[in-house]
This record gives sequence, C-alpha cells and structure tokens, in this order.
Amino acid sequence: MEHIKTIETRNLCDSAKNGGCGECQTSCQSACKTSCGIANQQCESNKESK
Amino acid sequence: MIHQYKLGGYNIVLDVCSGAIHVVDEVAYDVIEAFESKTADEIISLLSEKYKNREDISLSDIKECYEQVKSLKEAGKLFTEDNFESMAGKLKEKTSGVVKALCLHIAHTCNLNCSYCFASQGKYHGERAVMSYEVGKRALDFLIENSGKRRNLEVDFFGGEPLMNFDVVKRLVKYAREVEGKYNKNFRFTLTTNGVLIDDDVIDFANKEMSNVVLSLDGRREIHDRFRVDYAGNGSFDKIVPKFQRLVESRGGKNYYMRGTFTHANPDFLEDIKVMLDLGFNELSMEPVVCAPGDPAELTDSDMEIVKDQYEKLANLMLKRHKAGEPFTFYHYMIDLTGGPCIYKRISGCGSGTEYMAVTPWGDLYPCHQFVGEDKYKLGNIYDGVTNTAAQCEFAECNVYSRKECRDCWARLYCSGGCAANAYHATGTVKGIYKKGCELFKKRMECAIMLEIAKQLEN
Repeated sequence: MEHIKTIETRNLCDSAKNGGCGECQTSCQSACKTSCGIANQQCESNKESK
Repeated sequence: MIHQYKLGGYNIVLDVCSGAIHVVDEVAYDVIEAFESKTADEIISLLSEKYKNREDISLSDIKECYEQVKSLKEAGKLFTEDNFESMAGKLKEKTSGVVKALCLHIAHTCNLNCSYCFASQGKYHGERAVMSYEVGKRALDFLIENSGKRRNLEVDFFGGEPLMNFDVVKRLVKYAREVEGKYNKNFRFTLTTNGVLIDDDVIDFANKEMSNVVLSLDGRREIHDRFRVDYAGNGSFDKIVPKFQRLVESRGGKNYYMRGTFTHANPDFLEDIKVMLDLGFNELSMEPVVCAPGDPAELTDSDMEIVKDQYEKLANLMLKRHKAGEPFTFYHYMIDLTGGPCIYKRISGCGSGTEYMAVTPWGDLYPCHQFVGEDKYKLGNIYDGVTNTAAQCEFAECNVYSRKECRDCWARLYCSGGCAANAYHATGTVKGIYKKGCELFKKRMECAIMLEIAKQLEN
C-alpha cells in the first residue's frame, strides 16, 4: 500500500554541486516590488537548458 | 528539519533541506511526526493503540509505513540535515562587487497623494525632484561597469511616479539598447506605475521595452479610492482602470502585475482580487501594507487571522478556476518546484546593498528603494561608487544564517531570510525579523505548495 507520494522537486543538496552562477533575478521582498521571495523565482541556468 | 501541515484535504510534509515534498496518509503523517523522538517499537505501539478501532488500518500497515519513512530518510528525502551553513555568503563572495540590478528613482514626486505611501507621496521624506538624463545615463554606465560577467541586468523605473519623467525613461532605454550589445549585456526593464499618465505612447513603449509592468490597483473602487487619491482628494479608480485595461489587452501575453495593497481597511482582500478578475485582469498581486507601527492602515492582530483565512480561500478559488479552465496567477503563490533557485541563492539573502541598489534623482546609492532617505545607509553615489563600506558590509553579511530566528524556521529556504527593510523598520536592525511578515509569508508558502500538489496530482 502506498502511504507516501513524493512530489517532483529540485533536490537542493544536489544543486550545491553545480549552482551559484548568480544570473538569477534579484529577490526583492519589499513594498511595490511585489515581494518576490526566493520561491517564485526561476533558475536562469535551468531555464536555458530547458 | 521537516514541516508538516494539513491543507486542502492533503497531509503535507516538507523536508526543508532537500526540498522534497511528500503527500502522505494519516498513518504516515503520525509516523513522521514521532520518528525522530521515539523508537520504532514505541511508534508502532502508539499508533496501534490510536487506530485500534479502525478496520481499514492494520498493524502491518503501520509497520509498512514505518519502513517507508525509514527508506525515505536513508534516501535523503526526509529529516535531511542542514549542511549548508558553510556555503552561506559564498555566492556574495564569488560575486563581490558585482551589481546586477538598479532601481532608478526616476521621479521623487507623484500625481497621487496616497496616505499609506511608504515613500511619503514619492518624496522619500526629502525634496521633490526628477532624475535628469545625465544622471540616469551615468547610472546605467555604473551598472554596466560594475556588472562583471553578468549578462542579465535589471533596471526598474520607480518613483514616486516614473511616468512624470517619461521622456527621460524613453531616452535611457534607447541608450541602454544602443550599448547593451557592445558590452554583451541584456537589459530587462520594469516600470511601476499608478496609471494616471498612461496613454497610447506609454502603452506602445511599455509593450515594446518593458519586460514587466507593475500596475497599482487596490481592488474594489471604495477600497482603492480610500487611499489612492489625487491632491484634490478625488479617487483615481475610474480614471486608471480603463487605461490599465487598454494596456493589458494590448500587451500580448507579456508580463504584467496588477498590484494592490491591503491594509486595516480591507483584510478581506479576496474581495479585491475578485474585482480585479471581473475587470479582466488575471496576473495579480496583493501585498500587506508596509507602514510605521501605529499607523491607522497597519494590520492588527485580528486582521492577521482574517488575512490568513483569506489566503486559504484564495488558494481554493485558484484551484476551482484552474479546474474550470479559467486560471489566474497570484504572484505570491508562484513557486517553481522543479526549476527554482539553487541552494546558494536560497541561503544568500535578497541582495540589497550588494548586487541590487537604488539610485536617487541625484545619483546617490542606497541598499534598496526602502532605505532611500535613511542617511546612515547612503552607500555612495554613481560617480564614486560605494564609499560607505561599513553600511554595505551589514547587507553583505545578511543571509539565512545571520538571523537567529531563521535558523529554526521551516520556510527559510523559500524566503532566504526576508526583507532587510521590513526588518529594519520593525526592529531597528537589518538583521532583525519582521514577525508579521514572516507569519504571512509562511501561510502563503503553505498555500502555494498545496496548490502545486493539487495540480501535480491531478496530472
């Protein structure tokens, strides 16, 4: 019986190996910049390789 | 660290450090809750007792469930330890001195007189002013010169109301387009406007040159017109809505955000979202007001509970419309589970004061638009660069591990330590935390993740 269903996500531990290019958007969380945290951003290097 | 919660009919478990997300049945939920503090025998006996009257849950189910949790832990998808602290600051170290985004305060003046404006009607507690072309051009040169190998450069035209200085905006974009190829750069421009001065010329320009447009609308007419008034005290709703509609209709799918503020006057902000949808807008953002403690617009403790409930109702509405083929976007619920940022970005903080700065009409540099006017945080200027290195250092040191409250917070890798300006205004230090902001952020993340789960499971 399946008790646990795992949703597809990016593995953050693995991202330590090839991350850190810094091309991603700045993450402004304050007034009028409409509070983007980290979560709603896309990885630029992932985007290019897609 | 894990975070467990129940929402939308799902039992959800987040493994914070691996980023794994699990949807589990009730037995697995209980096993996971007890897993780190009890032995296998204790858990099995505890749950056998709890579910003894349930015919659908047998002892072998509980044992099987325990084994599945154990396997996930061994596979690094549950109870993953946080081994990232030594990496905190690495991204900033690696990119030290590199600036990739500027907020250009193109006009420190505004044609609206909104009493809740964090920028004191665009003046930022100083004199009214507009940025000259020469200052703006030098700011773009400063960005190019300091951007190292970074290709994508972000520039936001901000105010006050930037369209009060529209000619300079156009000339600056023209200049940037002329030089970006030569330096192998790609400028991404954003415009944040109250809409009063939108006309065909602005629409054509924005659609061609702005990768995103942020349009300020608070929702219901009476809510919008309560704060967003001109200097004669007249509400702006009827004036700006048709202009926003024209702009959005002609945008051809390019990004825009209808961006509202909710305050003590409308913690039931879902009603404002519905008005925006009825007006034909479907890329939406509503943010809690940022104001001084004691301000009449400030959200009270009882407002906070209403707001959290509204976030849940909003998630349900989004799901319903998604299923009906009438989806809309709520900016704070956008979450890219498979293509989101790497761990370096997630622990590095927001970048204000280091890779991102605000430029005043006079060319002074501040860590971000919310610090403009705070003398002690003036970093330098676009001619001499950053000279107040002590102030910059405070921002460079901001990361997920620099705030003690973040260390035990399950949401830290979704927010990266929060907003330095909110922290400063709430606690007097950029290394503090803005508790109300954290509370709402966590609620939003729970809802956003639930929505993604519902969509993935549907497929």
